[in-house]
Amino acid sequence: MRQKIIAAAIAAAAVVAAPQALASEELNFDAYRQMLADGNPAELFEMEGEELWTTARGPKNATLEKCDLGLGANVVVGAAAQMPRYFADTDKVQDLESRLMHCMDALQGIPSAEIINGSFLKGERAKVAALVAYVVGQSKGKPIQVDLAHPKMKEMYAMGEKTFYYRTGAMDFACSSCHSQDGKRIRATSLPNITTSKGAAEGWGSWPAYRVSNSQFWTMQHRLWDCFRQQRTAEPVFGSDVTIALSTFMAGKGNGHEAVWPGVKR
Amino acid sequence: MANPMRIRAAAKEGVTEVRVLMSHVMETGQRKDSSGAAIPAHFITELVAKHNDKVVLNAQFGPSVSTNPYLAFKFNGGAKGDKVTVSWTDNKGESRTDEVQVA
Ligand code: HEC
Repeated sequence: MRQKIIAAAIAAAAVVAAPQALASEELNFDAYRQMLADGNPAELFEMEGEELWTTARGPKNATLEKCDLGLGANVVVGAAAQMPRYFADTDKVQDLESRLMHCMDALQGIPSAEIINGSFLKGERAKVAALVAYVVGQSKGKPIQVDLAHPKMKEMYAMGEKTFYYRTGAMDFACSSCHSQDGKRIRATSLPNITTSKGAAEGWGSWPAYRVSNSQFWTMQHRLWDCFRQQRTAEPVFGSDVTIALSTFMAGKGNGHEAVWPGVKR
Repeated sequence: MANPMRIRAAAKEGVTEVRVLMSHVMETGQRKDSSGAAIPAHFITELVAKHNDKVVLNAQFGPSVSTNPYLAFKFNGGAKGDKVTVSWTDNKGESRTDEVQVA
């Protein structure tokens, strides 16, 4: 425990005092990412997800072709760029993961609880991730276009903003402790300034992503879970309102900028 | 059962460029799991690429190649509609073959 706290303190120091000489430009992450992007293994997950979409599965032995991601049943192209969004049928704001979970439950009879109580990269939650890869792949290069007009979207955005600045946990960190300045990095990862529209789009629009360092495909739910962990605070429940609120805040703030998903990260 | 590869092949000015993404764990045999037990080696050992029926690339792979390997290469010739086939075999004797038409 003590060691963990020291490690966190070092990480915090790195945010505050990243030496100028090692600014993100000089480490040239973009060139590195471009080299990786050509053969982004996220495509393997896209292929798996595309097949899952049309495969009859679950207790009801049904496909997901009746799933409505906001643009109508079975309309996948462009859907991810407009999420999270308000869905009248559930009377909820849902992000892509929670919407897919809803469709899997309603159409295929795969209980959401199994996914919520599951683990990342395993079982039905891994299936959700593959579906996410497929769906975001159909919004490649599209501008982020989240409609914040509905009162429930406004409410989610406000809750996300509040959470973003809310200091908590053993280190008294907020998301903003690590994500509200330009040109900062931790280890060899540059941290977007999520308080700006461009930075929010960079953070929101480059996940889900394939991580080269561990050969894993991570959704935004997974990314956020890891940031809560880095913040040394309670782990969020998969698909819970607080995660959707943070996503609504980041996506809404990043509106108009192009998304590069699925991304590829070190 | 091994997962499919993602293959793209495009001909331009008499040269065909092939890009292949393979789905494979590529375990080196050097790693241990959380309980300390060695994770058995599992990696691609050989890869063969054919243009129609002619072998254009024969490669030996080993444990130093990353998980989900990406391979790009070019060969002389090839025209739109030709067939490019890629096959791999791993150290457990599993194999996978996928094909694509040259674009
Ligand atoms: C202790 C510092 C720290 C805190 C606090 C933190 N993060 Fe992060 N965040 C990181 C690091 C480090 C990365 C890069 C991780 C990687 O790629 O391995 C990151 C990455 C991200 C990304 C992806 C950025 C990109 O361009 O790839 C988003 C989005 C994000 N964090 C959101 C949040 C949110 C929302 C919170 C609050 C719940 C938060 N973070 C709290 C350190 C932090």
